[in-house]
Amino acid sequence: MNAVVTATGLTKTYKNALALDHVSFRIDSGRIVGLIGPNGAGKTTALKAILGLTDFQGELNVLGLDPRSQRDQLMEQVCFIADVAVLPRWIRVREAVDFVANVHPRFNRAKCEGFLARTKLTPDMRVKQMSKGMIVQLHLALVMAIDARLLVLDEPTLGLDILYRKQFYQSLLEDYFDENKTIIVTTHQVEEIEHILTDLMFIRDGKIVLDTDMDAVGERFAEVLVSADKADVARRLKPLDERQVFGKSIFLFDGADRSVLEDMGEVRRPSISDLFVATMKGTYA
Amino acid sequence: MKTFYWLLKREFWEHRGGFLWAPVITGVVFLVLNVMAVIAAEVLGARHGFHVGGDNLQMMIARADAGDIRQIGAGLDIAMLSSMGVIGIVMGIVVLFYCLGALYDDRRDRSILFWKSLPISNVNTVLSKVVSAIVVAPVIAVLVSLVVGLAQLVIYALVLSLHGVNAWQLIGLAHPFRAVGTLVSSIPLYALWAVPAVGWLMFCSAWARNKPFLWAVAVPAVIGLLVSWFGIMGLFNLPTAWFWKNIVQRALLSVFPGSSLVYDDGSLTAGADFGDDGHDPLAVLSPMHTYGLLASPNLWIGVLAGVVLLAGAVWFRRMRDDS
Repeated sequence: MNAVVTATGLTKTYKNALALDHVSFRIDSGRIVGLIGPNGAGKTTALKAILGLTDFQGELNVLGLDPRSQRDQLMEQVCFIADVAVLPRWIRVREAVDFVANVHPRFNRAKCEGFLARTKLTPDMRVKQMSKGMIVQLHLALVMAIDARLLVLDEPTLGLDILYRKQFYQSLLEDYFDENKTIIVTTHQVEEIEHILTDLMFIRDGKIVLDTDMDAVGERFAEVLVSADKADVARRLKPLDERQVFGKSIFLFDGADRSVLEDMGEVRRPSISDLFVATMKGTYA
Repeated sequence: MKTFYWLLKREFWEHRGGFLWAPVITGVVFLVLNVMAVIAAEVLGARHGFHVGGDNLQMMIARADAGDIRQIGAGLDIAMLSSMGVIGIVMGIVVLFYCLGALYDDRRDRSILFWKSLPISNVNTVLSKVVSAIVVAPVIAVLVSLVVGLAQLVIYALVLSLHGVNAWQLIGLAHPFRAVGTLVSSIPLYALWAVPAVGWLMFCSAWARNKPFLWAVAVPAVIGLLVSWFGIMGLFNLPTAWFWKNIVQRALLSVFPGSSLVYDDGSLTAGADFGDDGHDPLAVLSPMHTYGLLASPNLWIGVLAGVVLLAGAVWFRRMRDDS
């Protein structure tokens, strides 16, 4: 598989804080990668580096280009939606479509109009008259009509109601994503994107603490429901995390032997949010 | 090229209010005020039996010698120019604030992230805004001025013709075509003259993290005060006023059309001419005079400084990632 993004020793310091600390990773084509981390962990900084919006130290290669010096070419192949409501407030739907159609060589106008036809947006509507959800619909219609190889989404559904959120990811999967495209997404609403991700990256204090594909998550991590009498045995196996539910304990294990776990109780695949909470324990302490 | 055209179009969409409607509304208000003044004069005239123009005026024109005729023409020219001047001032204000917001507003509302998600270079973005400020805005203002100026001339002529004065003869005394030519030809000179101010304002707009207006005004003002205080210009054998006139004013006020007249000694002479024999207010503005500025280092050093500042603006446009 060919790499879409390769980072080696990516480092970014703001005045006194280290936002990215010698981060290295690789993202292949045809993947949907979730970049998950607590507030201030460096997610947005990493995305900004990929998009050439910020300066950094280290090596970063996006689609064979250096985002710092070759940004203009890069942006023909890369699209991004940086949280909601960044469309200019004065623009009308018609103007936005006209503008993008004329400055973006890979924009398909008919496709965009098709997407817009499914919404309540009218050509003369201005962004300032729209609800947050409608703004995202417009932005998504514009972006999905661009035949880009990499789509970067930074908290794209922040502040949207659940109908818009579901619809957002559903359209992405149904109308946009294919094996030639790659999507990188950050969000705090982990549960909603869990089933669409192919890869998972956890970032904490500027470091990648977990970088794996979703199949491997199921093999590596396991959650066991243990009754009180076996809890001590389970604790000796050094679980990542332990929580209590209805008098039983749920333990989260990293790389433990399946057969041993199955003796103690019911084994299941942990949800990403539980895995996230366990991994990020003590972040704000 | 196509991209650049659409970038200009985008600026026009966003600033239609300032670029188009501000001059149009100013012009319309100006005309309405004039008409009201004329009506007031008519009413007063009728009430007090005072006679505007009429046969007397017609006779006056008929008997007037060449000098008097020129004076009537000059009066009409001034009436025409005054509306153009008001629109020019409004345009200067629009351009000043446009430049200050051009590279700042989209950072503040974060829509810069949308613009930057498109394959547009920072150089083109900044250039499209410069062209909007020094070409698009003045061209629109000039077109509106021409319509308003000529409309005013026609209104005066019509009013006088109601009093039996031959309107066409009156219009013939004014110089509408010269006024048109003068105004149109002033656009390129304005563009060059405004470059340092546009450069400085846009530099502040791209650089300031907040309150670009304050920075743009405060920096030159404070430096000017320090220069005055310590008499630094004395080191160069120049009066303190030189700094205020050539640095502070050039950085802030060159966006006002006609501001170059203050600097051009030639125009002062023209003004003096206007004083004694001058029945020709257009002379001050004529390209023959104003384009003498092309020979002045003040203009070209300003252009150079403006280009350097704009290069700085492009750099900050790329580097600032506070959104």
